[in-house]
Amino acid sequence: MTVEAITPSGERMQLNLGPQHPATHGVLRIVIDTDGEVVANCTPDHGYLHRSIEKIGECVEYPLFVPYTDRVDYVCAMNANLAYCLAVEKLLATDPATAVTVPLRGECIRVLVAELNRISSHLIGVGAMAMDLGAYTPFMHGIAQRELVNDIFEKLCGQRLTYNYVTIGGVGFDLHPSATAEISAFLDKFEVEMVRFNQLITTNAIFRERCAGIAPITAAEAVAFGLVGPNLRASGVDWDLRRDEPYGIYGQLAVRVPTGQAYAGRHGVLGDCYDRYVVRLLEIQESVRQCREVLKILPPAAAKANDPQGGWQADVSKQIRKPPKGEVHCRTEAPRGEMGYYLVSDGSKIPYRVRVRTGSFSAAGIFQHVMRGIFLADVVAVIGSFDIVVPEIDR
Amino acid sequence: MTALLPAAIAARVVAAFPTVEARTSDNGQPWLCVPAAVVQAAGTFLRDQPDLAFDSLMDLTGYDLLKYPASPPSDAIAVVYLLHSLRHRHKVTLKVLAARADCAVPTAAAVWPAAIYFEREVWDLLGVQFTGHPSLHRIMCPDDWIGHPLRKDYLYPSEYQGVPHLRDGQHFEHGPKRAGQAIAPATPPAAPAPKGPA
Repeated sequence: MTVEAITPSGERMQLNLGPQHPATHGVLRIVIDTDGEVVANCTPDHGYLHRSIEKIGECVEYPLFVPYTDRVDYVCAMNANLAYCLAVEKLLATDPATAVTVPLRGECIRVLVAELNRISSHLIGVGAMAMDLGAYTPFMHGIAQRELVNDIFEKLCGQRLTYNYVTIGGVGFDLHPSATAEISAFLDKFEVEMVRFNQLITTNAIFRERCAGIAPITAAEAVAFGLVGPNLRASGVDWDLRRDEPYGIYGQLAVRVPTGQAYAGRHGVLGDCYDRYVVRLLEIQESVRQCREVLKILPPAAAKANDPQGGWQADVSKQIRKPPKGEVHCRTEAPRGEMGYYLVSDGSKIPYRVRVRTGSFSAAGIFQHVMRGIFLADVVAVIGSFDIVVPEIDR
Repeated sequence: MTALLPAAIAARVVAAFPTVEARTSDNGQPWLCVPAAVVQAAGTFLRDQPDLAFDSLMDLTGYDLLKYPASPPSDAIAVVYLLHSLRHRHKVTLKVLAARADCAVPTAAAVWPAAIYFEREVWDLLGVQFTGHPSLHRIMCPDDWIGHPLRKDYLYPSEYQGVPHLRDGQHFEHGPKRAGQAIAPATPPAAPAPKGPA
């Protein structure tokens, strides 16, 4: 962001934030009309990272689209895999002849990796928000912990970022024998690290006052603009798909839903930047608890992959060749909110239409509304607080 | 909180708007066929009636029916509204089957502001003109892009801004037969694609 000239008062000046800017979390350009130091209007410009993923979906067979879902949101690729696979399974389930039952162990592993990925994704979210506001160290602390999650995933499926691990009918590989012990050990150490992280930045008075009362969004606004996930809950809307429309084994877990409560104290407003930040931290704690719960109910591995209890992958090779004709909509709770797939099938092995609805897209849709009237210096705080991932907007 | 069954929701809407038709998809998913003329009124009705209270637009998308094996065959563009009520926790699917030729549907942005972005995407990728939209312009593709990529009769461009999309002078053939559509001639068609209102 460069201010090239000092404008006389009352005159508007146009600033370009991005497309290459460290605080835009990807290639995003925001054209800001300034009135002095105040944002008079802001116009997001999208499309720099458009890779026509929905068009590709109409060209490849159902299982072959899974690697592309990694690229929709690479910060939480496990959740992105899971959202698509659940949608395909829901489509197959509309005809009893093609219905697929995922083995119980497979379901447990799915939730385990999804929650671990939620932890690492939220660490990026809160760390990057602090970095946008000039606090570099918390980001490094977040990244250090995320690396440990990536190590777990690397041992699990060979990849550190784009996993292609969750498959239609289960997961690609079983947990290796030492995985549960390694995950438990990580969770124990991680909780201690999070106390240090919170001391460093969350309870830091400068950071808290910096975010307090910035760009508050009321519950009604959040619902009307289609905000989802932590951004919606930060405005006080008590809604989480894992609890309210459970999928997988979430129905058997106790899912507690943190919501925004004007955490910043004296200057805090419900649904401000600090609430969006704190809700993510509370969700990290919840995810840790859920991972432990899943480890408790994880059935022991069976010899066969498609064993209904101890297996991890149901055989879907026949069903996937002739899915039922029709349509299905399936949504899941990804770290950046609701990730919904709308699939239309013409009965062939290639989808007729694959539609991805992502959380960052609707978060970007509210930018223009919330940024009017805030200070220029707060723009990066607002972008950071929504935890957008630009590839998810542009797809 | 009283969730209504899809049939009850359909009965409420059809009673208020006789031109709305309750239908089911090939795999038994219920949906309401709404004529474009009443989509705003039906949306407002669904949002404001206390027993319906569809306050949340889960998704607004669309697809091209041109190659869909429907009976009778249709060449319409389906605009799909997926609604959810946070208060009652029930859902409904609306579809507007827009005629391919003019393809205009009144905007739902006044009913659910979330539609502002969703409709821009549907315009960009499927070419549906949302009349009354505050800023209907492309969101994914560049502003000078020709055509709407998710239409089933879309022609792959052979070049963009002088950059050819050819390999060794040959058209780069890829993808399965169904997606391997014709490639547009090197010179763009004389009539440019219709542009959205400014």
